[in-house]
Amino acid sequence: MKILVCISKTPDTTAKIAFTDNNRKFAADGVQWIINPYDEWYALVRAIELKEKDPSAVIHLITVGTADADPIIRKALALGGDEALRVNADGQDSFFIASQIAAVAKDGGYDLIFTGKETIDYNGSSVGGMIAALLDLPYISLAAKFDLAGNSATIVREVEGGEETEEVSLPLVVSCQKGMAEQRIPNMKGIMGARTKPLKVLDPQPVEALTEIVSFELPPTKKGVKMIPAENAEELIRLLHEEAKLM
Amino acid sequence: MSILVFIDHADGHFKKTTYEALSYGAALAKQTGTQAEAVLLGTVSEDAASLGKYGIQKVHQVNQEALNAFDPQTYIRIIAGIAQAIQATVIVFSHNSSGKAIAPGLSARLKAGLVTGAIALPDTSQGFLVKKNVFSGKAFAIVSIKTPVRIISLNPNAYPVVAGEGSAEVVQEALAPEAAKVKLKSVVRASGEIPLTEAEIVVSGGRGMKGPENWGPIEELAKLLHAATACSRPVADAGWRPHGEHVGQTGVAIAPNLYIAVGISGAIQHLAGVNRSKVIVVINKDPEAPFFKAADYGIAGDAFEVLPKLIGAVKKLRGLA
Ligand SMILES: Cc1cc2nc3c(=O)[nH]c(=O)nc-3n(C[C@H](O)[C@H](O)[C@H](O)COP(=O)(O)OP(=O)(O)OC[C@H]3O[C@@H](n4cnc5c(N)ncnc54)[C@H](O)[C@@H]3O)c2cc1C
Ligand SMILES: Nc1ncnc2c1ncn2[C@@H]1O[C@H](COP(=O)(O)O)[C@@H](O)[C@H]1O
Repeated sequence: MKILVCISKTPDTTAKIAFTDNNRKFAADGVQWIINPYDEWYALVRAIELKEKDPSAVIHLITVGTADADPIIRKALALGGDEALRVNADGQDSFFIASQIAAVAKDGGYDLIFTGKETIDYNGSSVGGMIAALLDLPYISLAAKFDLAGNSATIVREVEGGEETEEVSLPLVVSCQKGMAEQRIPNMKGIMGARTKPLKVLDPQPVEALTEIVSFELPPTKKGVKMIPAENAEELIRLLHEEAKLM
Repeated sequence: MSILVFIDHADGHFKKTTYEALSYGAALAKQTGTQAEAVLLGTVSEDAASLGKYGIQKVHQVNQEALNAFDPQTYIRIIAGIAQAIQATVIVFSHNSSGKAIAPGLSARLKAGLVTGAIALPDTSQGFLVKKNVFSGKAFAIVSIKTPVRIISLNPNAYPVVAGEGSAEVVQEALAPEAAKVKLKSVVRASGEIPLTEAEIVVSGGRGMKGPENWGPIEELAKLLHAATACSRPVADAGWRPHGEHVGQTGVAIAPNLYIAVGISGAIQHLAGVNRSKVIVVINKDPEAPFFKAADYGIAGDAFEVLPKLIGAVKKLRGLA
């Protein structure tokens, strides 16, 4: 079995969000970068668990990004995975990224392609579904559980107010979220081992992005909080009713 | 030329987000001088023609029971066909579990630029610019779609439902069924509960609630307010509440009209999932809790004393006590 895990790099969850260049660029100065939590905690760890059950499985990690993504992909290798691929290009938009991954996966013989539910910076929830369509594979999004029996996957998908259980044959593309696996911490052996695992750099395919970010905006700041004394908590309901007109 | 809106339904009923998407599509059609149509796959027990009151002219329905078992690949193929037949220039989804499953694949198939999580009508005065959430609610991006056909998925609760008069023409589309690759084995729905992402009011509890046995007042207040319940990540991690209730950067992102946070400190990762709420109420016994900075109303007090008072006040307001 061959698994491809899509890894993206995002600002740390506590990073200050600010913009430069006339609000056209994310202010990356001093920002810590991490593996997108969904990719690390759920997609990658579930792939590692599958390999632990089936040691013949091979895990490849892929990222579309420039050389500054190397520390991130090395960190992912330290958690697990056999080799990493980096398509050397700026991830211009979801379609561009998905096209690069699909081009690599096309003849790669992968049985499973895992992505995260979404990136916590662009919040697209798009790349996985696009990869699936480009490869004409089934796509299961928002997977909270994934089990494999032979060639058949049973997947629990979170939907509004409930969940659906689906059965699909491999190969397929899955976007992963909470529930898929338990977050892990890389150990020393993994970190040392990652240094010698192959990281191949590939040239991008010529693909035109379909969209482009023209600018960013920060949300308006709040007016400030109106405090209500605890003894008089009922007053809150009156304010919500009469002032905020919410009840 | 027209706008095509995807009609999402479950258990025979249209979802609330469908009305939002239809209202959005109709407004966009008006703005761009075209008409809005919609696509309905599967069978529903409601009247599809009545959807005309949200401003759409036509509903293209494929009335096959097999389509109720949601298979994205089949959906994409059918929607692509209808979109091409009516020369749709914009296709609108809700950014919910169905939209997330279909819109990206449709985008790749049609080479139609996609913006997910839109929060407002596009600016069509020059090009086609869509405002969306980025950085988990901490910022917005204005995204230009450069292709002639565009796909937008609209964030739940971001655009108001606008209902007027009118009836839509329902056109039955004959299509040869195709064996779906995905087999739906079972669906579990928490009956009677309001889906978190669709709820207008959300009552949420954090570690300050001390344990799962103390959730009674949160649930009671939520019920009285027709609200959904949510929680912080450690609460879900500890198994006090189901995973589906975890809101935040790594959980569900919500944007209700009112978010009531009880015993939650207001960590940046928690705020990321809730800061688009229109009004935020924070109840925390620590007056220095960071959450107060993001709140509209705050009560510095013990949840176990404050909640009963709020429940009493709502009951009184509703004439229940
Ligand atoms: C990468 C990453 C991602 C994360 N993603 C998320 C996420 O998506 N969602 C999320 O929620 N968290 C997330 N977290 C965790 C986050 O950083 C906080 O640890 C978490 O939100 C704290 O939860 P809490 O407010 O319930 O608990 P605490 O921080 O322990 O706060 C409890 C609060 O309750 C108050 N309290 C105590 N007793 C009472 C009482 N009797 N009455 C009233 N108030 C009382 C206390 O004053 C305190 O403010 C993430 C963390 C990381 C590192
Ligand atoms: N630049 C990238 N390289 C590799 N995988 C990516 C990249 N961007 C996004 N992905 C994958 O696609 C998922 C969804 O991303 P998005 O559509 O941007 O929300 C992420 O969780 C990753 O698994």
